[in-house]
Amino acid sequence: MKNETVLRTKDLSIGYRRARRAPVVIASDLSFSLRPGELVCLLGPNGAGKSTLMRTLARLQPPLSGQIWLDDRPLDSLRPGQLARRLSIVLTDRVDVGAMSGYGLVSLGRHPYTGWTGTLTEQDQEIVAWALQAVRARDLADRYTVEMSDGERQKVLIARALAQQPRVMLLDEPTAFLDLPRRVEVMDLLRQLASENSQAVLLSTHDLDLALRNADRLWLLSAEGELFDGAPEDLILNGAFERVFSAEGVTFDRERGSFHTRQEACGRLRLEGDGVAAFWTRRALERIGYAVEKEGENGDTASYTPVLPPPQSATGTVSVRLQDDGFIYNLEMEGRADAFATLNALTTYLRRGGAGGETDAQVDEDLYARR
Amino acid sequence: MNRENAPFATSNIRVHPSLTRGFSVAPGLLLTGLALVALAAFMLSLAVGSVRIPLEEIVAVLLGGDASKQAWATIVLKFRLPKALTAMLAGAALSVSGLQMQTLFRNPLAGPFVLGISSGASLGVALTVLLAGVAVGLGGSTTLLAGISLAGDTSLALSAIIGSGLVLLLVMSVARKVQSGMTLLILGLMFGYTTSALVSVLIYFSVVERIQAYISWTFGSFGGVTWRQLQVMAPAIIIGLAGGHLLMKPLNALLLGETYALSLGLNVRRVRLGIIGSSAILAGVVTAFCGPIGFLGIAVPHLCRSLLHTSDHRLLLPAVSFLGATLALGADIVAGLPGSQLTLPLNAVTALLGAPVVIWVILRQRNLRQAFAG
Repeated sequence: MKNETVLRTKDLSIGYRRARRAPVVIASDLSFSLRPGELVCLLGPNGAGKSTLMRTLARLQPPLSGQIWLDDRPLDSLRPGQLARRLSIVLTDRVDVGAMSGYGLVSLGRHPYTGWTGTLTEQDQEIVAWALQAVRARDLADRYTVEMSDGERQKVLIARALAQQPRVMLLDEPTAFLDLPRRVEVMDLLRQLASENSQAVLLSTHDLDLALRNADRLWLLSAEGELFDGAPEDLILNGAFERVFSAEGVTFDRERGSFHTRQEACGRLRLEGDGVAAFWTRRALERIGYAVEKEGENGDTASYTPVLPPPQSATGTVSVRLQDDGFIYNLEMEGRADAFATLNALTTYLRRGGAGGETDAQVDEDLYARR
Repeated sequence: MNRENAPFATSNIRVHPSLTRGFSVAPGLLLTGLALVALAAFMLSLAVGSVRIPLEEIVAVLLGGDASKQAWATIVLKFRLPKALTAMLAGAALSVSGLQMQTLFRNPLAGPFVLGISSGASLGVALTVLLAGVAVGLGGSTTLLAGISLAGDTSLALSAIIGSGLVLLLVMSVARKVQSGMTLLILGLMFGYTTSALVSVLIYFSVVERIQAYISWTFGSFGGVTWRQLQVMAPAIIIGLAGGHLLMKPLNALLLGETYALSLGLNVRRVRLGIIGSSAILAGVVTAFCGPIGFLGIAVPHLCRSLLHTSDHRLLLPAVSFLGATLALGADIVAGLPGSQLTLPLNAVTALLGAPVVIWVILRQRNLRQAFAG
């Protein structure tokens, strides 16, 4: 395969110029490239300069030094119209266009192609319809944008950026104001758009989990201005995540690709059970500060990453199994056995100090209430 | 029929096909309607006044014929026709200028005068009218007062043109440098405060007659414009209106905000200069010849948006021109108090009649944002 790039930078330095003072350098010596058809997620702590990088790549602000090439042409040599036909953006700013339909908003994306009145040709209309179809928002064509939900409006804004038929799409936190299902939908959509249209899509996000699952590559921008570029898995394995997001009291869990607050493990529990229920039971126990070890399916004892070294031996055992129409959680600890109907009951019990607490009656009540 | 099985279950959605496909039959009809209403208002304003003249006589005079009374021909040609033309041009000019400012600054409260155009004109007029009064007030002779043609039409218009022109140049030179439109808006506001402070100082030291002349200028009037002045005013406004209409596409892009407009390939600074330039010419020329006429420029764009359910400038620009002309003519007719010898200050009429209409229109809107492009 040809190693072709659509966007390329060399020794790029980004930041802000100030009058009569030294410029604020946010990141420097950035050399990277975007290839057609790939989805790249830009992650980094707040204030690392993700937006500045996006703005610089979109020529909304000048670089401090270094070069950017778009389609093998220096970015600053492109006329505004040429740039608009190659690169489009979706910003976090709330767009308020007044009384305008989804179709009208998307058709604004045809501006770089239309004449002085902005009248759409038949071809333009087809492309607008295609863009709406591509984000699965045909039904939004005749709705006013003010009447749309955040997710619907985001889709229409992505369609607008698509209608520019760009080689590169830059999206600044496109999932920021969306609920979880909408985030998954939008991210999935962007990945598909990238590969189907051979476009390069670069988006910034704080959504670590979605980025790990969807991005072809990640760019991690640290607060010090270092950019780590690689497949999500590479960056997990080589410790880039720890370096970029290192902060007091927070650690990165390489096995699960997520961050945890550092805390002293308050005990060690064995977990028996399988499948989804065991998975979430483990999550619940870890959440309240227990290190959990589990009998693996192949017989090995897989120890899940303890945040800090816990007591060497387990102080109890939790087993989860299906009973009647729900799960039941049994806890054996300090010589007594208890049954719980919900993880809430189990964790409440453990948090109050385990056996001997005055919560037994409450626990039983919960259990019976469900039956 | 089972709705669930309908191939396109969009029937519960309010559909405005007209606004989705640019120009189509419905908005075309609406525009024609608005133009016809403007024409009707124009004819009506020729017909009514302190003397009632039959419509067929007016048509005869306009077509170059003779009226059955010579006085009627004189009244129509010498007084009512220039006044009606002025009202029409001024109404269209202020409304287009207001629409441009509201879109450029993404602010529903913006109007033709946000950049200080009328303040500049006021200062020019105040300097001409009041400075002489200050000289008198500080002990000059009263013969001096008679020597200057008080409120002479042309000298007033000239000083207003110079005043608003200087502000225009100032604003344009600032606009070329600053990054954000908001900065301009604040500068315009500050400039307005400064000029009104200067005007109050002038008023404070001036004599009563001069103050009265100045205040009657601030009431606004379409009646003072002569045919000769129209020869300057009409071409300037037509150029401004044409310039405004040429910018319909950039104005639409600016609805998304300046950053998106930039990303769509718009040369935002140049477009901003174009918008400010045409808007300032429109507002400046009207203010110079008719005084600072308030309200129309802010209200008409809102009325049009809610009338047409769109923020598409390809429709809005012609629509606000027609509606602005209509309302200016209407306000002028009402201010003339037909059948009486009295007249009301024009600015009082535009606001007294206009404010309730706008309030009604806006309260009627289910969603306020739909009424405002803000």
